[in-house]
Amino acid sequence: MANKIDRVPVREQDPKVRATNFDEVCYGYNEQEAMLEASRCLNCRKPGCMLACPVSVKIPAFVEKVAAGDFEGAGKIIAMDSSLPAICGRVCSQESQCEGSCILGVKGQPVAIGKLERFVADWSTENGISYSEREAPNGKKVAVVGSGPAGLACASDLAKWGYDVTIFESLHKPGGVLQYGIPEFRLPKDKVVGVEIAKLKELGIKIETNVIIGRTITIEQLMQEEGFSAVFVGSGAGLPKFMNIPGESLNGVFSANEFLTRNNLMKAYSQESDTPIYAGHKAVVVGGGNVAMDAARTALRLGAEVTVVYRRTEKELPARAEEVHHAKEEGIIFKMLTNPVEILGDEKGWVRAIRCQEMELGEPDASGRRSPVAKEGALLDIETDVVIMSLGTSPNPLIAGTTPGLEVDRRGCIVATAEGETSKEYVYAGGDAVTGAATVILAMGAGRKAAKAIDEKLKG
Amino acid sequence: MYEILLKKDLNPAITLMEVSAPRLAASAKPGQFLIVRADENGERIPLTVCDYNKERGTVTIVTQKVGASSKKICDLEQGESFQDVSGPLGRPSDFIAESDEELRNKRFIFIAGGLGTAPVYPQAKYLHERGAKVDIIIGAKSADLLILEEEMSRVCDNLYICTDDGSKGMKGLVTEKLSQLCEAGEKYDQAVSIGPMIMMKFVTLTAKKYDLPLVVSLNTLMVDGTGMCGACRVTVGGKVRFACVEGPEFDAYQVDFDEAMRRQMMYKSQEVEADHKCKIRH
Repeated sequence: MANKIDRVPVREQDPKVRATNFDEVCYGYNEQEAMLEASRCLNCRKPGCMLACPVSVKIPAFVEKVAAGDFEGAGKIIAMDSSLPAICGRVCSQESQCEGSCILGVKGQPVAIGKLERFVADWSTENGISYSEREAPNGKKVAVVGSGPAGLACASDLAKWGYDVTIFESLHKPGGVLQYGIPEFRLPKDKVVGVEIAKLKELGIKIETNVIIGRTITIEQLMQEEGFSAVFVGSGAGLPKFMNIPGESLNGVFSANEFLTRNNLMKAYSQESDTPIYAGHKAVVVGGGNVAMDAARTALRLGAEVTVVYRRTEKELPARAEEVHHAKEEGIIFKMLTNPVEILGDEKGWVRAIRCQEMELGEPDASGRRSPVAKEGALLDIETDVVIMSLGTSPNPLIAGTTPGLEVDRRGCIVATAEGETSKEYVYAGGDAVTGAATVILAMGAGRKAAKAIDEKLKG
Repeated sequence: MYEILLKKDLNPAITLMEVSAPRLAASAKPGQFLIVRADENGERIPLTVCDYNKERGTVTIVTQKVGASSKKICDLEQGESFQDVSGPLGRPSDFIAESDEELRNKRFIFIAGGLGTAPVYPQAKYLHERGAKVDIIIGAKSADLLILEEEMSRVCDNLYICTDDGSKGMKGLVTEKLSQLCEAGEKYDQAVSIGPMIMMKFVTLTAKKYDLPLVVSLNTLMVDGTGMCGACRVTVGGKVRFACVEGPEFDAYQVDFDEAMRRQMMYKSQEVEADHKCKIRH
């Protein structure tokens, strides 16, 4: 029986070696491995995997094609629902989505859906196969604000349907969080992000970098002066949060955004780059999400001994299980139930330690979850040169503040329907700008829904 | 894109460039800044907008060679292009919200030092064109390091030069000139100081003696310039503010200058070692 085969392990760089470089950790499956892994799928009549996918990729159908060795057929099926499979296959939280609902996971290991998706996408790129067909141009212009996952997905669909699409990006390179946030060792920039963006350009999408909507030009100007019939706002959640504890302005305290942007977008890890970065001999990362793992593993690769502090327990770590596993393999120290209360400096104003309150799990609250409470008198100083705050992000107020009639909620998130409609006609929004910090796949899904709504609206 | 249409060395260390950037030129306002990258490996360097010309679609920037990155910028030649120019960034100066009528009845004094002379120019020009009274104090180490003297004289009523060695104008610091003017009974509605952080700190102490409302423009570290990284955090009025989106101009009396100066030096040791950098352990 097919399900007697164990999950095919994926080849990875040795943890000791990869802790000193920025090359991709995971090598992915080869053809034989992919076919063998795909053969494990039971092709359930009611596929839980597909229901758990935010964009409903027809998973059993594409996996069946892979098992049969028809990789192009598999690629076609994925392309119906996902525009960025090489990226999603690498960064989606599969264990809580598709793979988390795989029936094989009940007693054993689920099918490695993410790795198979990645395999199909990489195989397609290597063989120069593109699945996108473009309808005849319809002469209507749509502007997309931001070139992250939401913007790219929205632009891609609209371009396929014949729209004249221009993406405006505030930074000098397109990709948004894929470019500045997620490190090279998890998502290669040239091999994956660059390739996906090149594909969009082949569809006729124009990308204008260095344009900050709300400063360089406003949404109103785009519609009134430059002839755009509709605008999609996928500007993300870019503003870093801090803890507001004493010592956060000391030298050596960084937001994860700053640390990662220096390293990823500006390539500070490379000898050729002019951009400086400082990881210290010891670094403490505060937080437990994917961004915290990325910051920790980056600091480690830059030579620091890294400790992650998190106020809850390991079970509650919001990061993907694979990232936590990889981080541990690489030698990152995890200190759970530890909550910073102050950052201590030396006489020159540089960080020397971080003072933390030890926590313990209290009584279950209304939701049944035991939330952490301070352990009386238990303070702990961790010596460190660098503190990286990774506590989440909130949307940038720039667009909302310069677009009359665009409603935002009290967190600064743009108010939009599930279809992406905002309070302003012909202006749509999706991704983190609407939900606050979430995931690549959710942003992509929101971008595609908005593309559909824009198409319906403009077709009238 | 971003071609250098004109390059002029203002002195051995400071270079002026007029750069093609039509979208930016169309939206730039006094008080704002931009970010440039000299080439593919270049750092993102924030520079204040020194002038902008909507018709020509150009912005003028002034750069001083201090480290490897600013040298790279200054070494670009006329006819070559920047890899990237993005902006305008930051909030415009508060006075652009005032009507010409209001500005006509106001008197401003600018206290500029070194490279800070450049961003004073568009502000003084804007105010002068609208009929406000404008005095300017420029400070430099010596006469050969003075920049934009002629341009400045055209956009103000009184221009005062101070040099450390007395090679031009008054021998002394800009703070001494400011004290002199205030002691002599000159009255101003608003003072603006732009220059090295240490100069702005002492201008603030001087202005305080005369109850002079003072705004400073902070040249903090930045990466993206859009509020994403927080490298530019400054403490203003006891609160952490992001200079890139909430500034760069702040009420001088609220700024923690000592902290700002310390944070500005964050990567200094690396800049010195830029020639033999090793960023990854092996």
